[in-house]
Amino acid sequence: MADLKPIYVFKRFERFWHWSQAALIMFMALTGFEVHGTYMLFGFEQASSLHTTAAWALIGLWLFAIFWHLTTGEWKQYIPTTENMMGVMRYYSIGIFTGAPHPFKPTQLNKHNPMQRVAYLLFKVVMAPMIWISGLLYLYYNAWADWGLGELDLSVIALIHTAAAFMLLIFLVGHVYLTTTGHTLFSQIKAMITGWDEVEEDPQ
Amino acid sequence: MAYKILPTLYSFALLIALSVISGTAVAAGSTADHSTFEGLKRSFESGPDVTRACLECHTEAARQIHKTTHWTWEYENPKTGQLLGKKNVVNNFCLSTSSNIAACSTCHIGYGWKDDTFDFTSEQNVDCLVCHDTTGTYTKDPKNKAPDLTKVALNVGPTSRATCGECHFKGGGGEAVKHGDLDPSLDNPDIFVDVHMDKDGLDFVCSTCHSTDQHAVAGSRYTPKASDNHGIDVPGKSDGARTTCQSCHGDVPHVKNAKLNDHTDKLACQTCHIPEYSRGDYASKEWWDWSTAGQLKADNTPLSKVDANNHEIYNSKKGDFRWENNVIPEYVWFNGTVRYTLLGDKIDPTNVVPINSFEGSADDPEARIWPVKVMRGKQPYDRANMTLAVPHTVGKDGFWQTFEWKPSLARGMAAAGAKFSGEYDFVETTMMWPITHMVAPREQALGCDSCHARNGRMEAVAGVYIPGRDSLPLLDTLGFGLLGLTFAGTLFHGVMRFIFRNRG
Ligand code: HEM
Repeated sequence: MADLKPIYVFKRFERFWHWSQAALIMFMALTGFEVHGTYMLFGFEQASSLHTTAAWALIGLWLFAIFWHLTTGEWKQYIPTTENMMGVMRYYSIGIFTGAPHPFKPTQLNKHNPMQRVAYLLFKVVMAPMIWISGLLYLYYNAWADWGLGELDLSVIALIHTAAAFMLLIFLVGHVYLTTTGHTLFSQIKAMITGWDEVEEDPQ
Repeated sequence: MAYKILPTLYSFALLIALSVISGTAVAAGSTADHSTFEGLKRSFESGPDVTRACLECHTEAARQIHKTTHWTWEYENPKTGQLLGKKNVVNNFCLSTSSNIAACSTCHIGYGWKDDTFDFTSEQNVDCLVCHDTTGTYTKDPKNKAPDLTKVALNVGPTSRATCGECHFKGGGGEAVKHGDLDPSLDNPDIFVDVHMDKDGLDFVCSTCHSTDQHAVAGSRYTPKASDNHGIDVPGKSDGARTTCQSCHGDVPHVKNAKLNDHTDKLACQTCHIPEYSRGDYASKEWWDWSTAGQLKADNTPLSKVDANNHEIYNSKKGDFRWENNVIPEYVWFNGTVRYTLLGDKIDPTNVVPINSFEGSADDPEARIWPVKVMRGKQPYDRANMTLAVPHTVGKDGFWQTFEWKPSLARGMAAAGAKFSGEYDFVETTMMWPITHMVAPREQALGCDSCHARNGRMEAVAGVYIPGRDSLPLLDTLGFGLLGLTFAGTLFHGVMRFIFRNRG
């Protein structure tokens, strides 16, 4: 096996943003599905009020993150590419069982493999906006008429919001599982905590 | 116990001492002490005799009264065109006033309404005392001890919970029978029964909210205000009536938890703030089945049965009853329009017949979700004409003496000017009463979970998405299904990785 070389991939703000977002989303799923009537935990009033507080925290966090991505140019990490896409897909469906090497090597300028790029882009431009736009509308339900949105129906907004919540949860499960596919079960998690990942030294 | 009784004794002593010093209890804020009026210091032959004395100074009072529903017992609903009022409607308690008016009119604010010949233009027949007595001794019921009219006249004052309650707490033929939110607990309520009327607190009387103008009392059950978007009523900008919660509290009343204000476009305040009705010492009648009336004892005399709580559950004159305390209301959309099933209207006896129905729906901006008492029972109807039928009940030839339905119904219908075929049966009916009194302290207002839950209080309320109650089952199945599949997929992938871990 090739030697492993440490590289610094996840900067301090990025790690803070990632973990706060993870915690908030899990907490919001917990409170959100109580509001949805799936189970009783905090009681509706608490669940709804915690969910709303967390929503503002998450929106605030996203505003910072967007600013960070734009100013640092990190947004380019999410430009989708087809290059090597088949290779990565083949790796996760076959190579991973046969012990083939991972076809993608992260660098600081290119941290995400093509599958990650598409998945995270989907998260950022579909799921996240879907949940916060529907969530804000849900929150300001009484102002719709003043905003000229009187025709909207709460059941539709709730449906979109809940659908987005399901998508986030499904994303979460896949995402957490894939973190275990690094060099060791927890190496990826460790990288996101410390910022340092390990890549294989080019054998040349 | 002594420590509890002593303060009460002291306050009694104090009250007596005070009234001795001041002579009489003049209403606070009043500019007139009627006990000093020479014109009242005489003996009165009759009620109308007192009224004549009142009218010497209050020259317009009787003519003002003549214009009110309290006097006419008649009201034409401008929205539906229906001619309503106590004189005209049928209910599912004592059924109808028409032929029984001599008995029913003990609660009329006049003297001598026995039949159609009553003179509604007579000024001296207005009963001032029934509303303005402060002694608590005034009564028109011949069964009671005749009141000392001079004493009553010398002590007149503003209306009180007791004077209004004299009739309104006894609607339906007895204490607490009818409304559910109006009963004698309100004579001297504590804060738990009514935050506003709390005798040790705000001590409101009925007219604090049912503000009057020229003897016309605001607030009507024939055309209630189901919603009020005008905020706090400012003199000069509104009609001055204070019968809605919003008149004083505005339409964004919640300060600490502003999210609650988001509900005011859909809910009546009463829905959360009156979590139950009959919250005082009295149970209210929930069921009245006239069809079982008339069973007699072996010696042919009427019988009465009471339950363990001393509530009458059977009476030969009236049938079977059910009573309940602390009742969870039912909830309906209501825009203020009430449509009645009047005598002569066709009914469908194969279904439960609504004696009145509240109009409104989720799409109606005037409608709010209201708590209601739904009175249920069985009452007679005409099987050939398919109309409700009202009996003559009081008097020698009434049902309560004869226990015979057919002749009583024939007399009742004739007096009401309605056709009666002679064939009758009993039909189940419902009647709705909006719940609006007996507002609970804020701590007892409903919490979110009461409605934002599956099988909560709003279960039967249609047309509105209620988070926690509603969901699209298909989306849930799809969502949780895909989530499960993803989970299973990762599990499978992980197991395979484990099995093939030594390859390569
Ligand atoms: C910016 C983000 C968000 C905002 C502004 C927001 C806002 C809201 C609001 C206002 C409600 C209704 C609560 C109530 O009725 O009291 C709600 C419900 C809900 N939220 Fe969120 N939310 C956000 C993010 C999330 C996230 C991240 C999740 C889950 C991963 C989530 C899951 C849910 C669910 C399942 C419901 C219940 C929907 C229903 O049954 O009607 N929300 N959200």
